[in-house]
Amino acid sequence: MADLTWRSAPRSRLTAASPPRSPKWRLLPSAIVLGVVALVVLVVPLFAELNEQYVDLAIANQPPSTAHLFGTDELGRDVLLRCVYALRVSLTVGVVAAVISAVAGTAVGALAGSIGGWFDRILMRVVDAIASVPHLLLGIVIVAILRPSLSAVIISIALTHWLTAARIVRSEVLSLRTRPFIDAAIAGGASRTQVLTRHLLPNVAPQVLLATTLMVPHAVWHETALSFLGLGLPPHAASIGNMINDAQRSLLIGGWWMSLAPGLLLIITTLAVSGLSGVWRDRLNPKRRTELTW
Amino acid sequence: MTRGQAIGRLALRRLAFAVPVLLVVSFALFVLAKASPFDPIERYFGVRIIGASPERVAQLRANWGVDEPVVSQYWAWLRHAVTGDLGDSLSLQQPVSAVIGDRLGWTVLLVSVGFTLALVLGLLLGTLAAWRQGSWLDRSITGGCYALEAAPVFWVGLAVLYVFALQLRWLPGGGVTTGSEPVSAGGVAAHLVLPVAVLAISQAPWFVLFVRQNLLESFTQDHVIGARARGLPDHLVVSGHALRTSLLPFLTLLGARLPELITGALLVETVFSWPGIARATVEAALNVDFALLGALTVMATGVVLVGNLLADVLYALADPRVALDG
Repeated sequence: MADLTWRSAPRSRLTAASPPRSPKWRLLPSAIVLGVVALVVLVVPLFAELNEQYVDLAIANQPPSTAHLFGTDELGRDVLLRCVYALRVSLTVGVVAAVISAVAGTAVGALAGSIGGWFDRILMRVVDAIASVPHLLLGIVIVAILRPSLSAVIISIALTHWLTAARIVRSEVLSLRTRPFIDAAIAGGASRTQVLTRHLLPNVAPQVLLATTLMVPHAVWHETALSFLGLGLPPHAASIGNMINDAQRSLLIGGWWMSLAPGLLLIITTLAVSGLSGVWRDRLNPKRRTELTW
Repeated sequence: MTRGQAIGRLALRRLAFAVPVLLVVSFALFVLAKASPFDPIERYFGVRIIGASPERVAQLRANWGVDEPVVSQYWAWLRHAVTGDLGDSLSLQQPVSAVIGDRLGWTVLLVSVGFTLALVLGLLLGTLAAWRQGSWLDRSITGGCYALEAAPVFWVGLAVLYVFALQLRWLPGGGVTTGSEPVSAGGVAAHLVLPVAVLAISQAPWFVLFVRQNLLESFTQDHVIGARARGLPDHLVVSGHALRTSLLPFLTLLGARLPELITGALLVETVFSWPGIARATVEAALNVDFALLGALTVMATGVVLVGNLLADVLYALADPRVALDG
């Protein structure tokens, strides 16, 4: 006789997405990592009597040891110390470029959104056109024109990254314009400029700041890629991309530590930056929470 | 008007947008190149310009037309470009069309295999992660994806190169042939493994996370709940019901990922000394070879535009609910 006892169905996981874990899980580690990175990057060069360019051929190509935690490179420079300076350069480039592109993008987006009409249409078509050129290629073209240098890298990143900010600001401005408080301001006799500066811009500011922080890892990554291709900062300057580029040669003779450290540091730092901005974004608009960026 | 005609009109409308974009992009590049302090005549002569007679320099300036207005120079370039003559590359001393023709095939091979593998990986891992959501498997897949998203692709490439080509010596690590061997299908396939793998794992995380997210959202939709209520086993619910609807937006995103794919391919090619267009691009940039650099950039833009168009057409074909007036 068949077994008629009731058996519960195996537990299925095909249910609604489990609620995201409390933001503490992202907030704390990201904040700690960023705090340590910021401290090291800002403070070490101020106080330490260390020279990251110090060349000592006697200790060239040494694997990690207690004296040199991440080993030394082909000129006997300490990899860890160079990493600190490289991260300083890369983060500076990232932050400056992100701020410039956010300002430029906000200006274009706010103009397009508040003036509207054919002006808006043409401006957004231009944005679409620039967006269809692969970022890195456009950046390479700009660096080629300006010749590789720190400012060329920053300009090339800013010129390729303002599009996102412009699109965000424009759509926010368009949706804000339909809100009653804007009508009230216009009815109260506010000029176009007053509406823009007193009412529209302050209301898009949080979104713009968020977009800027999300842009920083992207900008850092861009700088690294350009430097890696030999189109970024001058070769002697320590930057993450330059270090990995230099380390390519040593890899062939077994020097794995020279590329490992800068890469790992970059991954950890960008994860921390995007982790923090992710928490912020979820607070800002919980409805648009996605898992695509954490 | 049938739906097929409507899709055809959509394609035509998008093509009508693509042509002016390409014109604007190429003209902008042209203006940028002209605005740069760089003089192609000086580049051509190099140090020999000191010994060159002024008549000869003037002759060459007139022949090359470098002192004519930008618009007429652009018009001359465009007229020739339409007939397939993209000018000469100063850095490689070859016609631009020959440079691109020699290398494009290798890049297309790398990109197409890499992209396909990334899609397969994305679908498989994304489905697995969503199906077992919250498990250690899900957590390691999503965690690995976040880490890979943050890692520069050339760094991953170097790591793979070091482990599999230099230490384990399983696979060749650079170029398409070993030593002076002639190019053969087997040899190329062996040389293709590492670059393709790196390109795929650098592109896959985004797809994995996207498939996972969309599947999780579809689990609460009526047709999936209905399928579960009828007692279908989980794997049938996922493959037959949840995946179908959640994959539709995937199609448009294929187009949106093309710029990233081109960027990734550029870096992967550099790491693995792949004889594609990456090397030519970097050479062109270092030597301010605008004829080559401009042609490559316009071409990449064209690929992105056509890719977006194809993705939209596919989407419209796959989902009858998609409106076609946008």
